[in-house]
Amino acid sequence: MAKAKFETPELKEFPEIPAIQVGAMAHSKPFFAKPAHQEDLGFPTELPDDWKEIVIAKMGELLKKYRGLQVYLDTCVKCGACTDKCHYFLGTADPKNMPVARQDLLRAVYRRYFTFAGKYFPKLVGAVDLTKEVLDDWYSYFHQCSQCRRCSVYCPYGIDTAEVSMAAREILDSVGMGQKYCNEIIAKVYKIGNNLGLPGPALIDTMEGIEEDVKDETGIDVKYPVDVVGADVLLVTPSADFFAEPHVDGLIGYGKVFHEAGISWTVSSHASEAANFGMFIGSYENMRKVALRIREAAIELKVKRIVIGECGHAWRVAYSFLNTLAGPFDFLDQNYPIPQHIIEVTHGLIQEGKLTFDKSANDHLNITFHDSCNVARASRMGNTPGGQFRLPREVIKAVANNFYDMAPETIHENTFCCGGGGGLLTDDLIELRVKGAMPRMQALKQVVDEHDVNHLVAICAICKSQFSKTLPYYEFPMDMIGSLHALVSNAIQLGTKD
Amino acid sequence: MSLVTTIYTALFYFATAILLVGVARKIYIYASTPAPLKIPTTPAPTTRSGVVYRMLKEVILFESLFKSNKWIWLFGWTFHMAMWAVLARHLRYFMEPVAGLITLIQPIGIYAGFGMLLGLGGLFARRIFVERIRYISAPSDYLMLLLIIGIAATGLLMKFVEHTDVIAVKAFTLGLVYFDIQPMPEDPILMVHLASVAFLMIIFPISKLLHAPGVFFSPTRNQADNPREQRHLSPWAAELEKN
Ligand code: HEM
Ligand code: HEM
Ligand code: SF4
Ligand code: SF4
Repeated sequence: MAKAKFETPELKEFPEIPAIQVGAMAHSKPFFAKPAHQEDLGFPTELPDDWKEIVIAKMGELLKKYRGLQVYLDTCVKCGACTDKCHYFLGTADPKNMPVARQDLLRAVYRRYFTFAGKYFPKLVGAVDLTKEVLDDWYSYFHQCSQCRRCSVYCPYGIDTAEVSMAAREILDSVGMGQKYCNEIIAKVYKIGNNLGLPGPALIDTMEGIEEDVKDETGIDVKYPVDVVGADVLLVTPSADFFAEPHVDGLIGYGKVFHEAGISWTVSSHASEAANFGMFIGSYENMRKVALRIREAAIELKVKRIVIGECGHAWRVAYSFLNTLAGPFDFLDQNYPIPQHIIEVTHGLIQEGKLTFDKSANDHLNITFHDSCNVARASRMGNTPGGQFRLPREVIKAVANNFYDMAPETIHENTFCCGGGGGLLTDDLIELRVKGAMPRMQALKQVVDEHDVNHLVAICAICKSQFSKTLPYYEFPMDMIGSLHALVSNAIQLGTKD
Repeated sequence: MSLVTTIYTALFYFATAILLVGVARKIYIYASTPAPLKIPTTPAPTTRSGVVYRMLKEVILFESLFKSNKWIWLFGWTFHMAMWAVLARHLRYFMEPVAGLITLIQPIGIYAGFGMLLGLGGLFARRIFVERIRYISAPSDYLMLLLIIGIAATGLLMKFVEHTDVIAVKAFTLGLVYFDIQPMPEDPILMVHLASVAFLMIIFPISKLLHAPGVFFSPTRNQADNPREQRHLSPWAAELEKN
């Protein structure tokens, strides 16, 4: 593939709001889904002749199904507070990447066909007719939203552009304009059980390989079990954890934690994927179908608990939606949160004094932590609001000595998306991904300059892959990005507790 | 009955009907549309009472807006709070005797009119001068501000420059309330003031002014963060479980 032609944004000393450049990213759009994958998901394979009617009918249906969509399309007062909050706007200067302008792409059509003012005075209220150009604009700009919800934090009504993007993508799917990356992956989950298309036997192989590596490194038989009936814990983790770098070091860490705490666990070849791209395409039905695999695996393997590995949107789907989509989980042990995050498990064990660490094992690292958007703004860990910020940092500080947070306006609920979330982690969108990473890179540069930070920790498979790819564009080393449980893995002292 | 009185009487009954029916209809739609998934913007309160507290902070203090943009907050909050004071002060036109509290706030109310103008002026200036906000503005966004600026300006004119016969105004408004029609004072500034107010009432349910009821129904703000503790299931999602 020819190297994409675009300029990596310059990292300024202080963050700046760019002057708008109309159409700067109008050329950006992901590949369309192939007919076969559209079919696998139950979507039409090409634009039908009556697409206009279908789009309007679908919009009407979604307005009745989702209160959020209905309220958000009505209530925006165009105050402008969100206009400088999206990393894609900050990185591309394209005004349609301002959250309100992105919503307006859909809102303009909503107004035209569903509101009095838009029907009779379209020019006055900015309502537009539905045309193929409008549809193409949707395809382009609703695939320039990582559904990170940063805008929703800052909007006085909490208007969540992610909800609008999801609705738009669902409408696009309903007229055959699906996105290749997402739909291909969902189809793989249905056929094989995970996003990477890693079949059962290969999974067992991989896990045996990991066991050998850990044995070589530590001399201890840490198990990485697959499909063990009767294990206490079903671990559901993003499939990238099975072999992608730096993800796999995290998986190694989870295994060591379970081993040391004496918790029996297994992964399932049926639900060997925590990711749920059904959310990205806004399809409740597909999201539910993927989520039900976890329930089926839990029943089949007769486990007592479900634990989710390091992944942002997967944790959102698990924490916020799993009970809704695939519950009730009355057959699991009610003494544990259902589902539980691996960080909650490790954090709890540290509190109970069940793990010992040699923090100096991480002394070569000056660490900073990237709050993943879906964990930060769409979920929780622990019992109190904000636990999703506290727990990971407490675990890092328990296993390492040198930790420095990035600037307050770029962490916690204010965190900047890595630039690759929401189903955009695909090479056909590399320009968008690099530019969207800019605000995070800027904040990173600041701690690199001030504290010699040389290690960026993330708890999301997408963030990890995205940073591996984009760090070099900003002249940071690619291996600067790591898993949180890789730090745990480095420092944990195996065999010290019985 | 004079023509002016007839027109204004009819206008106000019409506007009130549109406002009440329109907003009630929208509230019904918002309330009856399910929110199938738990989507509070976190960190979020985990209990109902926590949600009420969060909502109060949003509605009274504009908390999120404050985090977001200090200028918009300053102008927007000033405008809204001043408007509430003005509206409270206006209640005297609709009750006899005037409640003690309403009498008490009369002095604040007088200057609140200037607060409204200040806030609205600031918002209008931002809409024109800040490129990003200009980009997202439709003609209706400017006109809405001008309309309310017009209402406030004519009100202040009556208060400080061209006094109108407030006793007669009160007779007219009380007459509307008790369906005992009284003559409407034919003062041009008052006529502009009241026509604009009626127009505002009419467009309320078909414009972005729906943000006032809408904010209470925003799932990102009004849901409790307790999905693991309590299963949340909407009626249409429950249907899916049957097959
Ligand atoms: C529950 C009550 C209400 C709340 C919480 C509320 C909140 C807000 C907020 C946070 C904004 C955005 C910031 C700003 O531009 O001021 C706004 C804008 C606005 N509000 Fe309200 N509001 C309420 C009621 C009303 C009412 C009753 C009116 C009727 C006249 C109104 C008129 C406006 C207008 C015209 C704007 C847009 C300002 C602009 O163009 O920049 N609001 N409101
Ligand atoms: C049927 C409704 C209304 C009537 C009969 C009415 C009537 C009046 C009158 C007679 C005055 C002059 C007060 C004086 O000279 O002491 C006034 C002032 C004013 N009005 Fe209204 N008005 C109405 C609605 C509104 C609304 C909805 C707003 C704002 C959105 C508004 C904003 C103002 C302001 C800012 C002033 C000047 C400050 C003050 O006296 O409080 N009015 N109004
Ligand atoms: S902050 Fe909210 S209300 Fe204001 S322009 Fe953005 S989406 Fe609209
Ligand atoms: S959800 Fe995130 S990516 Fe989408 S518009 Fe909002 S800030 Fe931008």
